[in-house]
Parts: sequence; structure tokens; C-alpha cells
Amino acid sequence: MERPDPDALLARVQHDERTTAGGRLKIFFGAAPGVGKTYAMLSDAREKQATGVDVVVGVAESHGRAETEALLHGFEVLPCRSVEYHGVTLREFDLDAALQRCPTLLLVDELAHTNAPASRHAKRWQDVEELLDAGIDVYTTVNVQHVESLNDVVAQITGVVVRETVPDSVLERADAIELVDLAPEELLQRLREGKVYVPQQAERAAEHFFRTGNLIALRELALRRTADRVDEQMRTYRRDRAIAAVWPTHERVLVCIHANPLAARLVRTGRRLAAQLRVPWYVVYVETAAELRRPEPERDGVVQALRLAEQLGAEGVTLSGENVADEIVAFARSRNITSIIVGKSTLAHWRTMLFGSTVDALVRTSGDIDVLVISGKRAPPVSPAMSMPEADVSWNGYVVSLGIVVLLTMLGFLARNLYPTFAEANIIMAYLLAVLGLALRYGRGPSILASFLGVVAFDFFFVPPYLTLAVANTQYILTFIALLIVALIVSTLTVRLHQQADAARQRERRTAALYALSRDLANARDYPRLLRVSIQHVSETFDSKVLVLLPFGNRNRLQPWGSVAGWWSNELDLRMVFVPEQRDEGVAQWVYEHNQLAGAGTNTLPGAQALYMPLVGTQGVVGVLGVKPSQLRRFVAPDQLHLLETFANQLALALERARLAGEAEQAHIQIEAERLRNALLSTVSHDLRTPLASITGAASTLMDIENVLPATIRAELTQSIYDEAVRLNRLVTNLLDMTRLESGAVKVTKEWQPLEEVIGTALSRLDDQLRQHAVEVHLSPDLPLVPLDGVLIGQVLMNLLENAAKYSSPGSPITMSAEQRDHAIVVAVVDRGPGISPGDEQRIFDKFYRGTGANGTAGAGLGLTISKGIIAAHGGRIWAENCAGGGTRIQFILPIEGTPPDIEMEV
Amino acid sequence: MTDAKQTVLVIEDELQIRRFLRASLLGHGYSFIEAATGKEGLTLAAAQQPEIIILDLGLPDMDGLEVTQSLREWSQIPIIVLSARGQETDKIAALDAGADDYLIKPFGVGELLARLRVALRHVQRPNPEQTDPVFRVGALHVDLARRQVHVHDTEVHLTPIEYKMLTTLIQHAGKVVTHQQLLRAVWGPNYATETTYLRVYMGQLRHKLEANPARPQYLMTEPGVGYRLCLE
Repeated sequence: MERPDPDALLARVQHDERTTAGGRLKIFFGAAPGVGKTYAMLSDAREKQATGVDVVVGVAESHGRAETEALLHGFEVLPCRSVEYHGVTLREFDLDAALQRCPTLLLVDELAHTNAPASRHAKRWQDVEELLDAGIDVYTTVNVQHVESLNDVVAQITGVVVRETVPDSVLERADAIELVDLAPEELLQRLREGKVYVPQQAERAAEHFFRTGNLIALRELALRRTADRVDEQMRTYRRDRAIAAVWPTHERVLVCIHANPLAARLVRTGRRLAAQLRVPWYVVYVETAAELRRPEPERDGVVQALRLAEQLGAEGVTLSGENVADEIVAFARSRNITSIIVGKSTLAHWRTMLFGSTVDALVRTSGDIDVLVISGKRAPPVSPAMSMPEADVSWNGYVVSLGIVVLLTMLGFLARNLYPTFAEANIIMAYLLAVLGLALRYGRGPSILASFLGVVAFDFFFVPPYLTLAVANTQYILTFIALLIVALIVSTLTVRLHQQADAARQRERRTAALYALSRDLANARDYPRLLRVSIQHVSETFDSKVLVLLPFGNRNRLQPWGSVAGWWSNELDLRMVFVPEQRDEGVAQWVYEHNQLAGAGTNTLPGAQALYMPLVGTQGVVGVLGVKPSQLRRFVAPDQLHLLETFANQLALALERARLAGEAEQAHIQIEAERLRNALLSTVSHDLRTPLASITGAASTLMDIENVLPATIRAELTQSIYDEAVRLNRLVTNLLDMTRLESGAVKVTKEWQPLEEVIGTALSRLDDQLRQHAVEVHLSPDLPLVPLDGVLIGQVLMNLLENAAKYSSPGSPITMSAEQRDHAIVVAVVDRGPGISPGDEQRIFDKFYRGTGANGTAGAGLGLTISKGIIAAHGGRIWAENCAGGGTRIQFILPIEGTPPDIEMEV
Repeated sequence: MTDAKQTVLVIEDELQIRRFLRASLLGHGYSFIEAATGKEGLTLAAAQQPEIIILDLGLPDMDGLEVTQSLREWSQIPIIVLSARGQETDKIAALDAGADDYLIKPFGVGELLARLRVALRHVQRPNPEQTDPVFRVGALHVDLARRQVHVHDTEVHLTPIEYKMLTTLIQHAGKVVTHQQLLRAVWGPNYATETTYLRVYMGQLRHKLEANPARPQYLMTEPGVGYRLCLE
């Protein structure tokens, strides 16, 4: 017995989680209209209601049937929403009302229904998905002909093409499927009795549809489909208990499609096979130069097929290359594909014989990969206008082509008359050259025209008998054929080369665009730049107007970014952005909340002015990208959409990165602020109270008249009051200075002055503190004048000297020096104390930080912080380091900017 | 000094400071009168004619500059202003308006008495050149009559501007001389804001007169205010 595959188990758990988190979906499944699905659904709901469940009918089509009407009685029915459409009032299910009412169980009939235009979703099954996501249980009904993957089979059986389909994924999501079965005879009986609702305009089709043969086939399909599901449940059950012994987990299916009507059928076949095997599957389209040549409608077919594939759960892939078989096999090998599904060649037999077919090539090169060839009817004839190779036929090319042939013929004729020996080969070469040139410049049509015209003109003018199409020497027939074939091949090859180059250029442009974006994003650190860069790139690459919406403030409300920050008017080209309408902001909000593409060109809210794409980062949706292309139709091609998705991903990640960086910084700032608050509190409580306590104590002792103190003690107490007061004063001064520096109240008034005077002032004011140290001052004699604020720099020097005295033992020397370095002056204060603990070199400049060497010497840890602030305000820098021989060196550098005033010296 | 007690008028709104000034000044042989507001102070000054006034710059009713200007309209009584940190501009304005010296709170009694003595001496000897043509402090000898300067008995040659600076400081010896006052006295009113001139020449003067120009003994800097020629 094998242990269950962990991945599968995980998937199973996730499935369980989802079904428990979201609402539960029950589908009443039938073979045809009239089997009684709605009735069954209502009966079931009635039982539920009897057990106390909160049941609401969202929409139920009774079609006037009395039994159904009777069952509806007693349910709360949501009022429908009226929608005006081309003068007709349509009554639609009201999704928002349902979400607001939020019942436990909601009945929504006709899952395959297509909503009126301008509804939020194009299809009702999308409404149901949203209901389920909102946690509401849903009962719904669906007929087998509406199942996407069976759609074509049904069409084959009944000859009726059903346009309203439901993706298989919705059925798979269902927690329960109940088959509502009715024997065909009974159904026909009911039809005859008028119990089956048939719309007037569809009566003819219905006649065709409700035939015993059809009904039997449909019933079988429905039964089989339900059986498949039961089978799947059985397998899931076995898998959970590790009963299954053999499980081909490595199987993978690939469907190869071309631009032809078979594409959708191939996709459906692939889906059925993949579903039966329960394996992942891919739908691959190889974009060759020839494919690029196809008319737009056919290429649109590919787009549709790829979309269908993704809806059915496949991964749609577009490859670029010249040889379809090679590309397919290479891709299949890279993904461990086990089966490839292709359509039978629709080419004429002779072409297959001549050039080979993709199918043959695939079978030849696929090796151990199975190749399944699906039959297909010949493509229905397309109208001639559509099959023209170039969509935009330019007559210019043909006119030029005609002109050139005429010109060459005239020249040739002239040459022939002037020099009777002029070789025919030269004339032939001239025609070929023209064909080549025309192929390069105007493409296939004009060059082919030139080929034919050339042959005819050659025959007419240069082959005897002249001026007739008759040929005297039969050898010339050979010449004509050769000339024609060469001309045709040359034109084909040239055109193909041209197109390949075009395709390559296009691919390269895409890659380059993506590269440029990611490079610019990497360089942008802040939101405005990030967004500016992205908007520029998206706008240029997709030829559209762009808008980025981000959540602001109340985190769930989106707002257009530019309008909030107000930068787009001055920093962005206004042609690159658009202002969303009220309605579009709603669409963007929906996209943001549901993490799904919506807006123009999609099935969801297609009435919006632009396409909205969620910006999905690693931690969820960070915003929404709105794109309003100048040409919507070209824009929604899957390769463009994928490229846009890639752009959006890049942007989302960059935004997320910027946000996380911001948050980290914010957190850091908060921690730092917290630390500072604590430090300030402890400073205020300890450093201010201690001297106050001493003063209060000493003074009260002196005041105590009963206590007769000897003179020495009195003197001591008085001295301590004085000392503590001085200490308190220093502390308060520092706190005040710090506050003033931080609040920006300190104005630096720079004046050109000799540094010596500032140093001298600091030294003389610290006479008392420095008495026990030998202070050496080394000033180079040619020190220039320095622009500085003498009072503030004097304070810095005093702080540094005071620290030097405080942190070194009495008697040890303190050195002070200043020297010029380029356009700056460097001042250093060096002591012979214990130095700074490693790692503290930066922190000693932090507020309230006291070095570990501070041996009980009082101070608030503000001196260096204040100094740093003052130096920074001068545009300089201060730093600390340990000296080689022990001790601390604190240095600061001040820039010397500008020109000193000219001092007139006496002679 | 005369035996007659000299009267000190203290104009200060803080009771605690007046109390400690009274204790120390009475203890040092001055007689003491006090006022808590500017107006009261001006009235007392006119009525009692004190020998010296100690004026707080942060009065509740009028600012110290106004009081100084009012006093100077009719009297040359020396004024010592008291200022807190952060009142630099007020202080300089008061000095330029005619106050004689300043003290920054908090200050010790020693400093206060020294300032008082200097200020009073200038009143008693308004023209030191005439009474004593030789000025001496430490090793510095300036013969004002002969315009000769000696340090440790070695003659030092000063340029005219340096000499003018030195004599201006000697005239106010012991008292602070603001940048502006010094500039006006030496260069004339047009140079009143060219403090760089002052600093450069002061540097030169120190190099000629001081043993260690980076730790001057005679020519002291009052940061942001001006200079003071030390008397001790």
C-alpha cells in the first residue's frame, strides 16, 4: 500500500477548506429542458426550510407551470432588477440585493443564463461564484447542453448550437450534483401536454431538439457526466485512504491548435481527455510567420480558443518559431507531456504530399509521446474577402508593380532595338530583380503580379514571333516556367523573411519593454517614482492611457493615485493618464476586492471605460492598474494581455517592496521613538531628581536651627548645593539646546572667522574642568578663515573637551588640532582615556546614549548628539574612533564654501 | 573706594533672585534698593540716584532695552543687565544702547561682584589715560602717553589699527565691548557690521601680545557679543 501523495493531500485539504469557507453549491442537473429541475430544486429547498434554514429565492423560472408556482408559494422571493436594453425592459437577478440580504441558502435558477449588458458579470454562473465566495449556499439548475466541455458533442447530436455555456470548473466546484432524470417518452408526453416551456421564437429549433433520438443521447450524456462525477468521488475516497495502487500522476496532455475552426473542438477534446485522466493539460499555439499572415478573424479564433482553454482549466501557451512540430515537441519534452492532441490536417492532399504536414512531422519526431489525431471537418468556406492574405489591401503596390514591369519592358525593348545582340538573360534578370524588390517593399501580392506580368511581357515582346503570345521555339516554354517558378519562390521567400524579421522585432520589442520597465523599477525607490515609471512604460508599450489606483487611508478604499498626490499635472504627460468616471472607480474597487480582471474587453463589467487588472504582490492585491487602450480589440489579444500581466506583476512587486520598506522604516522609527521617550523619562526622572534631592536635602539640613553644625560641615553642604545646581543647570541647558536644535529653532549664522578664536574661547571657558589635564593645541599656522557660527561651534568644542576630560584620567593629556583638507577644515579632539567600546562608534552620537566607559560621571548623554546636530547644520560631519595607542579621537569636518571677504591689511 | 556705602538698584521681577542679591550685596557693604517692574525701577532710579543699576532683561511690564534707553536719556549710571540664555539679541541691543556689562543667569556672587567693581571704577575714573597714562595687566604694559606697548619688557610694535583696538579695550578695561562698539571706535560707523575684520585683527593682536594665542589671558572673547580686556 502506498502513502497518499502529499501534494494531492494538500490539494484535498485546500479543497475541503474552500468548501467549508465559502458557500456550498448544489446543482440540479438535467438532460433537457422540462425534466423538472426547478421543481426538484424547490422541493429540496422546501425541506430545508422546514428544518429552519433561512431560504430565499433569488430567481426561479416557473414558466407559468402551476405545480412550480405552488411550490414557490411560501418562499421569500427577491425582487428582480429591471434593466433597460434597447427599449426592452429585462428583468434580471439582483446580485447586490442578494449579497445584502445574505440568506443561508439562495435559489438561483438557470445557471447558464447570460445577464443583460451592463450587469456586473456577463454570466449568471459568475454571479453564483460571487455568492459562494460571500459564504452563501446556492441551489441552481443546469442542463447538460450547457456544459462547456460537452457543448460541441451536444451540437453534433442535436444540430443546435447552444451559446450559453457554463465552465466545467463551476460544476466541479459543486458540492453536490443531483441528476433530475426523466425518461424521454415521459418528457415528450409532457411536451405534448404543454408542460415544457418553449420560447416562441425557438419553436422550430425545439421541434428539432425534442426528438426521441436526441433526448436519448442527451440523457445518456447527462447520466454519464453524473457517473463520471460519482466515479471521481469514489477515486477521491480511495485516494484519501491510500487505496489506489496505480496512479499515473506524471501524465500530461498537450493540445496543439492552429488558427482554424477546429481549435475550439480540439480544446474541448483535450479537456475531456485531461478530465478523464485527471491530469494537468496545456493548450499550445505556435505563432509562425505563416500564422501571423492569416487574416485577423482567424487569429481572433485562436485568441478565443486560448481563452476557452484557460476557462476550462488549461494553461494556455503561445510559442514563437518557424517549425510547428519542432516547437511543440521541444515544449512537450520540457513539460513531460505524455500525449499530444492535434487536429487532422485540413490542407489539400497535394500540399501534404509536397510539403509534408505538421501531423506527420509530429508523429515522426515525438518519440515516446503519444500523438492523438482528431478528425475535423474541412473548414467551412470563408468568404473571399476574409481569405485575402492581407487585410488592408493597398492598391499602391499593384500599380507600382505594373509600372515597373512596363518600364522594364520599355527599357528592354529599347536596348534590344539599339543593340540587337542584347542578351535575353539580362531582361529576365531585370524582371527577377523587380520581383525581389517588390516582395521586399510591397509584400506578396504585387510581387506575384510582377512575376506573371514579367513572363507575359517577356513572351510578348522578346520571344519570336514578337508582339504575339505565340512561341516559335518550344524551348522558351521551359524558360517561362523556370522564370515563373523562380519569381514565385523568390517572392515567397522574401516575404517570409520579411515577416520573420518583423515577428522577431516584435518579440524583441516586448522583451526590451519588459527589461526597460524592470530596470527602471529597480532604480525607483519611492512611490511617486515607481508609479511615474510604470505609467510611462505601460502607456508607451500598450499605446494607451493608464491609471493606477491604490488603497488610501481606510485601507479598502481605492483612489486614483495621481489625483491624490497631485503630481500628474506637472510631472507626467497628461496624454498618458486618464481620469476615471465614478462608475469606473467602482469597477476598480470590484477588481481590487475580487482579485480578478474586469472592465472593457472582459466578461465582467464590460461597460467600463478601461480594462482593470489587479496588481497582485506576494501578500495579496496591492492596487489596481487601469488601462484605456486607443484600440481595444487589438489590445485584448492574449499575448498583449500576458505582457500586460507581466508588467502588472513587476509593478505590484515593486510597490509591495516599496511599501514593505516604508513599513519597516516606520516600525524602526517607532521603536526608536519609543526608546527615546523611555530615555527621556529616565533622564528627567533620574538626572533631574538626583541633584534636586541633594539640594533639597542639604538646604533643609542648613535650615534646621536645632541642628548646630560645625562650620566645615556647613561649608560642605553649601558647596554641594552649589555643585548640584551647576550640574542641574548644565542638564537643563543641554535639554533645551537639544529641543531647540530638533525643532529647528537654532539658526546657524555663519561668519568668516579664524578658528583659533573659537578654540580659545572654549578653552578659557572650561578652565576649571581642564585644570587637571595638559591641553595641547596644534593649529597649522596658515589656517584659513572658516565660515561658521562661532557660538555654536564653540559649544561643540566645549562638549568635546568636556567629554575628553570626563572620560580620561586626571593628568592625561588632551590634544586638539585643526588642519585644512582641500575645501574643508578638520578639527580633532583626542584624549588618552579607555576609548570607545567596539560597535559604539555610531551610537555614542545617539540621544541619551552614554558610553559604557562613563564611570558614574553625570551627564544626560546629550553633548555629542547636540554636537552632531550643530555640525550637520553646518553641512559637516562628526565621527569617533579609537586611537592606535588607546584613547578616543573625535573629529569633525566643516566645509569651506564660498569666498572669504577681502580684508584690507595695513602695510 | 570711598567709605560712603554705594547704592545698588536691582530691577528684577523674581523675588528669589532679589532676595539672594540683597543678602550678598548687603553682606559686601553695598546699600540695596529694589524694584519689581521697569516703571517702578525708573522712578526709583530718578528718585534715589543709585550708584549702579542691575537690570533684568525679562521684566513683565517693559523690556530691558526700553528701560536702558529711558535711563540713558538722562543718566550715565552704570547698568549691568541680567539675561537668560536665548536672549542674545536683547542682550547685545541693551549693550549697544548703553548698558555697561552683562551677566548670564545663573551666575555666582563672585562674578557679580567683579562686574560691579569694574563698572564702578569706570565711573570713578572716567578717563584713565589722564589719571594714569600707563596701563598694566600681567606682563602687558601699555604706555598710553608714548604709545608704547611692552610684553615682558620687550617692546611690541603694533599697527595703528591694532593699537586703536587695544586702547579702545583699555578704555573699557574689564567691561565687555560689543563688536559694534569696537568696529565704530576703530574703523568708523561704515564698518559696523564687518566682524570678520575685527576677528582677523584680534587674532593678529593676540599673536603679538599673548603667550599662547589659543588660550588668551588678556584679550578674551565674549562669544557672539564682543571682547573683554581682562583685568585679573
